[in-house]
Amino acid sequence: MSAEEEKTLTPASGQQLAIVSATPHLRTHRTTQAIMLDVCLALIPAVAASVWCFGTRALIVMLFAVISCVAFEAITRIALKRAQTVQDLSAVVTGLLLGMNLPPTLPLWMIPIGSFAAIVVVKQLFGGIGQNFANPAITARIVLMLSFPTQMTSWNAANGHAWGADAASAATPMKALTANELGAFSGDDLPSILDMFVGRHGGSLGETCAVALLLGAIYLCVFRVITPLIPCFYIGTVAVITFIAGGFDAQFTIYHLLGGGLILGACFMATDYATSPVNWKGKIVFAIGCGILTSLIRLFGSMPEGVSFSILLMNLLVPHIENLTAPRTFGKERKRHAK
Amino acid sequence: MKSIKKENLLHELTKGFLKENPVLRLVLGTCPTLAVSTSVESAIGMGLAATAVLLFSNMLISALRKVIPDKVRIPAYITIIAALVTAVQLLVKAYLPALDQSLGIYLPLITVNCIILGRADGFANRHSVAASALDGIGMGIGFTAALLAMSAIREVLGAGTFYGISLFGENYTPMLIFILPPGGFFVYGLLTAAANAIARKKKAPIKESFGCEGCPSAAGCAGCSSKEVLE
Repeated sequence: MSAEEEKTLTPASGQQLAIVSATPHLRTHRTTQAIMLDVCLALIPAVAASVWCFGTRALIVMLFAVISCVAFEAITRIALKRAQTVQDLSAVVTGLLLGMNLPPTLPLWMIPIGSFAAIVVVKQLFGGIGQNFANPAITARIVLMLSFPTQMTSWNAANGHAWGADAASAATPMKALTANELGAFSGDDLPSILDMFVGRHGGSLGETCAVALLLGAIYLCVFRVITPLIPCFYIGTVAVITFIAGGFDAQFTIYHLLGGGLILGACFMATDYATSPVNWKGKIVFAIGCGILTSLIRLFGSMPEGVSFSILLMNLLVPHIENLTAPRTFGKERKRHAK
Repeated sequence: MKSIKKENLLHELTKGFLKENPVLRLVLGTCPTLAVSTSVESAIGMGLAATAVLLFSNMLISALRKVIPDKVRIPAYITIIAALVTAVQLLVKAYLPALDQSLGIYLPLITVNCIILGRADGFANRHSVAASALDGIGMGIGFTAALLAMSAIREVLGAGTFYGISLFGENYTPMLIFILPPGGFFVYGLLTAAANAIARKKKAPIKESFGCEGCPSAAGCAGCSSKEVLE
């Protein structure tokens, strides 16, 4: 019903009787832009921590990623003659997340290749925001990882800048964990648990400082940008599996939870609206699937880290998870159990 | 078997180049396309070997189309194609052992390449020997061209070489993903999109909507009339 027809329902007294309009009737004032701004704010502690750990180089990498993502978004929308969406800030979030998934020493010219994969291939060719089949930043990371395996896995010891020592290349905790035989775990060649918490260890830019990432995640949960379901079940599944696989060694589990990109992936990447299930049952299935895949790749795979691959794989399964966990329509009978 | 229509021989030759390109438009022969297109050299070898098999199998099957009983036509086609592939394989082994090495299992697998069986059952089955030969050559050229385009992109970006010759010098960092399967699928998708766009520009798009009279399930359907009830 059009607006004019609605007006005609108003009687001569001027008092409105009823407004009849199409569903949905409840609308929020929150815009995509506001939500994306919230995510950017939630990422600020992690950005600050990575600059503190890795120096200005981290800031340059992240700025480069953000600028190239925004530029690709604007250019593709113009080239495809579609309405401009660059102001919704989603490209900024993608760029930030992509930058956080890169090692600090990555040659700068590789970053726009990742941004191209994220924004043009994964997002815009499939229809833009909300239409992407997988998380753009995760896919871009995997494209770069498969294209430039050497550059993507040469890490600098994180304490190079903040603690005055020379930036020496160091194995990440994940690599050290893989090098240790399963079951014969010793914490000798690993940083201390406190260092793991504050980010004084090798890794991608944004993934090292667990405290900053958790602060951001709590902010997002408090302001209802995300529900804590996916992060909790994802991290929980990894905790349970590594606890059992490590011979009930709590230290082994803690290193697995704090090392690698698990917290970054679980809180900021797996919770992407477009590529995670809508209702809570689906979210739990999705998160447990991510957790199982991550643990399997870490414990038995040839690669030390599996967060990005497991999130990508579960992203592709989301349509099927949605089908299987679709809620019962109100008023519809429950399925009878078979005889 | 349908009767042979008046044939436009030039059309039979050129339709395989782009409009009915077996790889990019008919989406046939995907497996060898993705597997072999990592280097230009093996792509050309594969394309030419498949073209030779396609030409002779189309001609033989077209010549025998009145002899082969309809019920056992597929086994008969496969037997003919397998014999031709064996001949090609032995020739390649004898004269081009390096190509045989680089193609490996994909050379004998031409037997089950669905382009060849598809053209046998879809075209040679009901057309004259001359038309089938031209169709085979056209489809073969289309297959080779698609492989060449794909392998050129993949080899230049993924290895920094073209036909084994280094293009950018020592300092070039190749994007390995283009040599790996995901890059293959990516290039395949882009080329398919490009071929579709070009083919669509040349000819007006096929009308996709149809009324009840054109609907295949019209007999068992009360649907279209219920639309009026709703309205």
